Amino acid sequence: MFDDSRPIFVQLAERLVDDILRGRYEEGAQVPSTNELAAFLRINPATAGKGLGLLVEQGILEKRRGIGMFVTAGAKGRIAAARSGGFVSDFVEPLVREARSIGLDRESVIRLVDEALSRSTSLTSDQQPTRD
Amino acid sequence: MNYAIETTDLTRVHGSTRALDGVSVNIHKNTITGLLGRNGAGKTTFMSLVTAQDRPTSGRVRVLGEAPFEHAGVLDQLCFIRDNQRYPDDYSLKHALRAARIFYPNWSQELADELVEMFRIPKKTIVKKYSRGQTSALGIVLGLASRAPVTFFDEPYLGLDATARHYFYDVLLRDYQAHPRTIVLSTHLIDEMDRLLERVIIIDRGRIVQDADVDELRGAAFQVSGPAGAVDAFAGGRRVLSSHRVGGLATLVIEGALTQVDRDALTATDIEYGPVSLQELVAAYGFDEVESPVKFEEARS
Repeated sequence: MFDDSRPIFVQLAERLVDDILRGRYEEGAQVPSTNELAAFLRINPATAGKGLGLLVEQGILEKRRGIGMFVTAGAKGRIAAARSGGFVSDFVEPLVREARSIGLDRESVIRLVDEALSRSTSLTSDQQPTRD
Repeated sequence: MNYAIETTDLTRVHGSTRALDGVSVNIHKNTITGLLGRNGAGKTTFMSLVTAQDRPTSGRVRVLGEAPFEHAGVLDQLCFIRDNQRYPDDYSLKHALRAARIFYPNWSQELADELVEMFRIPKKTIVKKYSRGQTSALGIVLGLASRAPVTFFDEPYLGLDATARHYFYDVLLRDYQAHPRTIVLSTHLIDEMDRLLERVIIIDRGRIVQDADVDELRGAAFQVSGPAGAVDAFAGGRRVLSSHRVGGLATLVIEGALTQVDRDALTATDIEYGPVSLQELVAAYGFDEVESPVKFEEARS
């Protein structure tokens, strides 16, 4: 559930972001409280609070005093913008490293990526951003 | 006052051993703090001194702003559950709970009853005849239901099965949130308990080697592994906490954080690198370089 690579509060924030992207929490919806997250995930409440706080700083969640934490309007767009920055280092570079180590040549890598793109486009063509 | 516990140069000498050696540490109020380190590192000595169950050779302790030895009012606020907690010979569960109810001003009978039920603690057997796990469970009941403003648990999980341990973690978090208080616990089950903690103190040979937020420690060290020559060359000038060598291979735990420059340099070599868990970090601080008398080749033949 959590690994040792980064602080748990960072991993918790990433999990919530994934949940928002997948539509588990829609924009405007309430997310679990610090206490609920701490109890459910068996983590220190200060850690849970830091995870939520990080998303408030990033404008993904907002605190409504006395009620709880909610997903902001426009959260999905902000998440996508923030994540595209890490796309190369998090996904493309590891892919290239792995391709090298198993001896795939340039043409094969490009062909495989292209095939994967075609498959996912045909599955979810309605969700793909349009290119202009 | 932000600190529940403050020690200054706290030292305890047993004969020729410095069980605790000049420990100056502040423990934040209303946090769960883990006291980590190898056996004999000084964890139990520290807890005994802070709870006034032992006297320091030198140095100073303040608990909730007062010296615990001189103030009965402070002792009322403390609960210390030892890993080898002893009870009078004829005590059954009923006697232990009755004594605790008298002793701890914030005692919650409701919580105690719930815990006794969940841990399936025997009511008729005398406490001296309890199994290791049952003794631990009783300690947890007393420690949590005391709701003492400063509570110490010394390896509270010994002999408990996984179900009982998870139950302990759940109730600890639940009751801590409902009734915030300062909890200090020592543990060797670090992989299992690290996320319960907010602060971590690592102690080795009677001295504090780390005192930080658990999140800060996640980047406090890293490990590199590969051909010994290349690994040693990379480690040159850095503080190596522990090393593991077999044949021509070496794995080192190195203090500090990997920079992007380091990563790029390592990616160009065949040295692997990665994070260390809190468990591995504690092991690294407690590491002793010992030359094995038996070489690997000899051991195989």
